[in-house]
Amino acid sequence: MKKIALFGNPNTGKSSLFNRLTGLKQHIGNFPGVTVEKSSGILKANNETYNITDFPGTYSVYPRSLDERVVYDVISNPQHAEFPDLIVVVVDATNLERNLLLFSQLYDLGLPTIMALNMTDVAARRNISIDINQVQQAFERAKIVRINARIGTGIPDLIASFSTIQFNSADKEKKPLEAIDDSAAQAADTNSRYQNIRHLIEATVQVTNTEKGKRSNADRILTHPVLGYLIFFLLLLFIFQSVFTLAAYPMDWIDGSFTALSSWLSETLPPGLFTRLLSEGIVPGIGGVLVFVPQIALLFFLLSILEETGYMARVVFLMDRLMRPFGLNGKSVVPLISSAACAIPGIMAARTIASHKERLTTILVAPLISCSARIPVYTLLISLVIPNTRFWGVFSLQGLVLFGLYVLGIVGALAVAWVLKKLLKTKELSIFLLELPSYKSPRWGNIGLEVLNKVKIFVTDAGKIIVAISILLWALASFGPGTEMEDAAKQVASKNISIERYQEEVAAAKLEHSYMGYLGKGIEPVIRPLGYDWKIGISLLTSFAAREVFVGSLATIYSVHQEGEDPTPLIERLKMEKRTDGKPTYSLASGLSLLVFYVFAMQCMATLAVVKRETKSWKWPLIQTAYMGVMAYLGAFIVFNMFS
Amino acid sequence: MKTLAELPLHKRSLVVNIKEGALHTKLLEMGLYSGKPVEVLFKAPFGDPIAVDIDGYVLSMRLDEAVYVEVADAP
Repeated sequence: MKKIALFGNPNTGKSSLFNRLTGLKQHIGNFPGVTVEKSSGILKANNETYNITDFPGTYSVYPRSLDERVVYDVISNPQHAEFPDLIVVVVDATNLERNLLLFSQLYDLGLPTIMALNMTDVAARRNISIDINQVQQAFERAKIVRINARIGTGIPDLIASFSTIQFNSADKEKKPLEAIDDSAAQAADTNSRYQNIRHLIEATVQVTNTEKGKRSNADRILTHPVLGYLIFFLLLLFIFQSVFTLAAYPMDWIDGSFTALSSWLSETLPPGLFTRLLSEGIVPGIGGVLVFVPQIALLFFLLSILEETGYMARVVFLMDRLMRPFGLNGKSVVPLISSAACAIPGIMAARTIASHKERLTTILVAPLISCSARIPVYTLLISLVIPNTRFWGVFSLQGLVLFGLYVLGIVGALAVAWVLKKLLKTKELSIFLLELPSYKSPRWGNIGLEVLNKVKIFVTDAGKIIVAISILLWALASFGPGTEMEDAAKQVASKNISIERYQEEVAAAKLEHSYMGYLGKGIEPVIRPLGYDWKIGISLLTSFAAREVFVGSLATIYSVHQEGEDPTPLIERLKMEKRTDGKPTYSLASGLSLLVFYVFAMQCMATLAVVKRETKSWKWPLIQTAYMGVMAYLGAFIVFNMFS
Repeated sequence: MKTLAELPLHKRSLVVNIKEGALHTKLLEMGLYSGKPVEVLFKAPFGDPIAVDIDGYVLSMRLDEAVYVEVADAP
């Protein structure tokens, strides 16, 4: 199998070419030893199998970021597992000079090199004519193939050239790379290369009647100080609405299907441990993974359009000044807003942020933004403890508290980002320098593949962890020490009550005597300063699966029959609940304390799993869970004491 | 010496020198070698970052990056 490496500047159509060559035979992995994502794929052609790797886009082989370093590490080390047999450098014909810098650096390494000269047709339309024969003479060992990766012209020629070029030809004119830390030598090398390139450009490129130096009409509107922001915020609103509202339909369908499948399984299969594991543990676990797919697919569909068209670079340009004080990137805005629907797609969207530190900060603070799973918890607790009064005739106090919780989440996220800016150490230079590519219409094939890859990554990588944790949580709530659960269930008097009522009371008794119940009682001393009892403790523990589980757990513990999603019976029951001293358990103080707890606490295993997937280690998800837990505990403690 | 950070909009200028510093090589690689024609095309709200035409493509940079690029009026 021949290894082919794809190199090129960012925005040159490298990914389009990669998608053209490999199609659905792509695989997302890791470069060995680093957390940089690697896209590779298989191409069968010329009676040969090629393994094609799409390297991160760079302007030079000398790295300025961790992602770019992969290029240097691989290309400077012939012993490296990824060291290619053949390199294909995508060169943008509309900007030959800057693209030739990287090309000439790679060409001088002496490997068989193909220049995929992209968009010569676009260049021609912009009145840029290139004398390709003369370029060929300057790089005589290389093979130049003209392509247009967007519309697919020239791809067969390119593939054919893989077999005609010599593999692994040892060459005497090699010029090795400068040392990675010798920036003086790198600068000198760059200067002399640009000198040669300029001579070549003068001889080969003719530009007539260009309109350079003009801000495009689109940029006149999209980066306008007022209109630009307005359009961006309308777009954000649309994205948020899509992830929040549109995705709800397929999510409800998935949720319903898996619930139906669970009950079908438990009725059909012979009763026993295996049936319960399948119907109560595994199937709901898988359902809990797949339920996120619509949101992920929708968000990445919309985000890829923004990336493909070149608009995303303008977002970064517009938002940079506002996000900079918090150590966040202009691109952080989209992940953070998406997190108001759900942190899972939001965290995955942070991948587009080039700087590792800014990406990590975005990932670490994203779950502080109140997501849709918190809404059932918020509405239950608010209607429980906040009086339904109005002031000034218009503002409802309950609505105001809800608004306050969202603000608290946003302020918390920005504050933590600011602290992380001071705390996180990085060897990376803080560089903004960002090319604003010309606007293009999106290529739907690229977008489809992007959505597919993102869904695949989530389901396979994060999905495993989510299923494992949900089985663990199920086991803790379904089993208890010895025969205590069965004994407790037998204690429930079956006289004078309906069968349904009886079953609800049995469920409550069983949960209380399960391992989860004992855990809930065990943490009671820890959570008492926040105003909680063991029943709330159990609900806190079970809702680590997902925040909205809190409501269902309370209903089970208090054996309240819930009709659909209406929380009224539960609220009525909770209002009657008294502490041992006779005061209500759910007072203003303990209710607000719980609300603040849910604003800050991690309480979501899927977020944990996806952060593990995106940061490639357990270190960051655990740090994140810990800091959010500390914030939740302290916040709840302060609020409880302020109001009691 | 004037820098790219101080240039008014649409004033055609030439790069004279890139100051020493961590960004020196990176700026060079982006095509900002001595003699390169540049022009500030537009600025973000608050005047930072700026979008610069670098003889054929548009590069946006923060003002604290643009101060490394010394420029002179184009003839």
